[in-house]
Amino acid sequence: MIRVSGLTKDYGSRRAISDLTFDIEKGEIVGFLGPNGAGKTTTMRILTGYMPPTMGTAEIGGFDVIEDSLEVRRIVGYMPETVPLYTEMTVFDYLKFMADLRNIKNADDRVDEVLEMVHLGDRSDGYISNLSKGMRQRVGLAQALLHKPEVLILDEPTIGLDPAQIIEVRNMIRDIGSEHTVLLSTHILPEAQQVCTRVLILNKGRLVAEDTPEHLQTRLIGAQRIGLKIRGDISEVVPLVAATPGVISVTPKNDDSLEFESSPGEDARPLVARAVVQAGFDLLELQSSNLSLEEIFLELTREEPPVPAVDDTVEMTAED
Amino acid sequence: MRNIWIIARKEYKSYFISPVAYAVAFLIFVVLGYILYSGILYAATQQQYVPDVTIILSPMIFIFLFTVPALTMRSIADERKTGTMELLLTAPVRDWELVVGKWLGAYLFVLTIILVTWLYPILLNRLIQPGLDQGLMLTGYLGVALATAAFVAIGVVVSSLFSNQIAAFFTTLGILLLLWIISNPAQSLGQTAGDILRYLSLSDHFYNTFNQGIIELADIIYYLSITTLALFLGSVSVQVRRWS
Repeated sequence: MIRVSGLTKDYGSRRAISDLTFDIEKGEIVGFLGPNGAGKTTTMRILTGYMPPTMGTAEIGGFDVIEDSLEVRRIVGYMPETVPLYTEMTVFDYLKFMADLRNIKNADDRVDEVLEMVHLGDRSDGYISNLSKGMRQRVGLAQALLHKPEVLILDEPTIGLDPAQIIEVRNMIRDIGSEHTVLLSTHILPEAQQVCTRVLILNKGRLVAEDTPEHLQTRLIGAQRIGLKIRGDISEVVPLVAATPGVISVTPKNDDSLEFESSPGEDARPLVARAVVQAGFDLLELQSSNLSLEEIFLELTREEPPVPAVDDTVEMTAED
Repeated sequence: MRNIWIIARKEYKSYFISPVAYAVAFLIFVVLGYILYSGILYAATQQQYVPDVTIILSPMIFIFLFTVPALTMRSIADERKTGTMELLLTAPVRDWELVVGKWLGAYLFVLTIILVTWLYPILLNRLIQPGLDQGLMLTGYLGVALATAAFVAIGVVVSSLFSNQIAAFFTTLGILLLLWIISNPAQSLGQTAGDILRYLSLSDHFYNTFNQGIIELADIIYYLSITTLALFLGSVSVQVRRWS
């Protein structure tokens, strides 16, 4: 359904995404997982036809996002991260406007229908400016669903919601996912695990991992691979490392380095280091080989920091 | 066409909930009303002087020069600022349809104001004998309608370049004013240069013809060209900004 190949986007001299390649099949709910600034929004903006890539191609439903941009936009429903809305309009008028732009037959009925789907039927005549953040999020979702899109692209659909609303939106996405192909972005690992059938991890504009949430979990908190480098012949150290408690396996790499795997949840590095040094070898390097992934994982599993009270003012000055 | 109309309709409606639009409309009605009042007062004291419709039209077009930028400043700039531009640019709407729709909505609002100001000539018509020169009035209003089409188009292009309304306002005002007075040095320059400047002038095409009851095809073409060119540049600007 979505085919992305070698996608690259530069903002001036800064490379936002770099050589992204992935496929998403029909009916999948795929999560884009990555810390802030990883390139999730950029990728989504390219897929929705908002802006063209610097290099590479992207296709949705067989249509190229640049060549057949209008066709792509017809089959894609998109909720941008900031959930932009015309706050001076009523919920109904806003959705009617978006439905008209999408040339939907019986737009009035369809608007009522999607409003029921997102449980906002009773706020139809209310002004958007009077809605809470969670309700606005649902209006944004309703907008994305208006034309029964084949592909739904949701940028951080649960950001800024309270826990009850988060659960509600997640359930909604799961329901929607039974009929549509969904691509959503999040920077929270548990969210991806709950909602998605597959996860793509982005970091610094690159795709660093791609797996089902379950596999990813085991891979990340499971065995830890650590590289070791010494001065001299590595073969003499192999039995020493292997004998260290917590080490599962040892693989010599080349003349002066090896890689060992420690059991889940245990950090064998201090013990190994001590053993090597005590045996009289010069220890040159000891490092986690999948460190970047681990760092991302830490970032992703970190609890959401409480929103500081000054946030609003900061945002307002930034907008000015 | 459909998309243009949908965007224009929304834009037009949005003016009726915009305080700026009401302020502008109010300003136009009050100032024009006062000018009309003073004109009538002057006519009452001068035996030879009979006011005609130009006492309303000449200042009206000048007021639009200053107020159109206020009406168009938010047009696209505000969509950028609030992020709703992302909705429009990811909806199945062509960039030029968006720009033309924005222009049409704003222009229809300006036409609405112009239509309401028609009350003044109607009033004047009743006060003077033997009544207003209807041909001059219609020609004058056609001129105002054409000139404001160009004003609004320039305002919309400029608005597409900014995400700040005030910046859009002053830039539009600057461009309009410059094009308004551009033929000032025409006399002192050579024949060709003078002609070029006169051709570019937003005011010469109005005051020398429409405002004197003359309809020249060249003037109509001029205003329509400016409008078309501005809308074309607006579409290009929207498209170009996608790439940045």
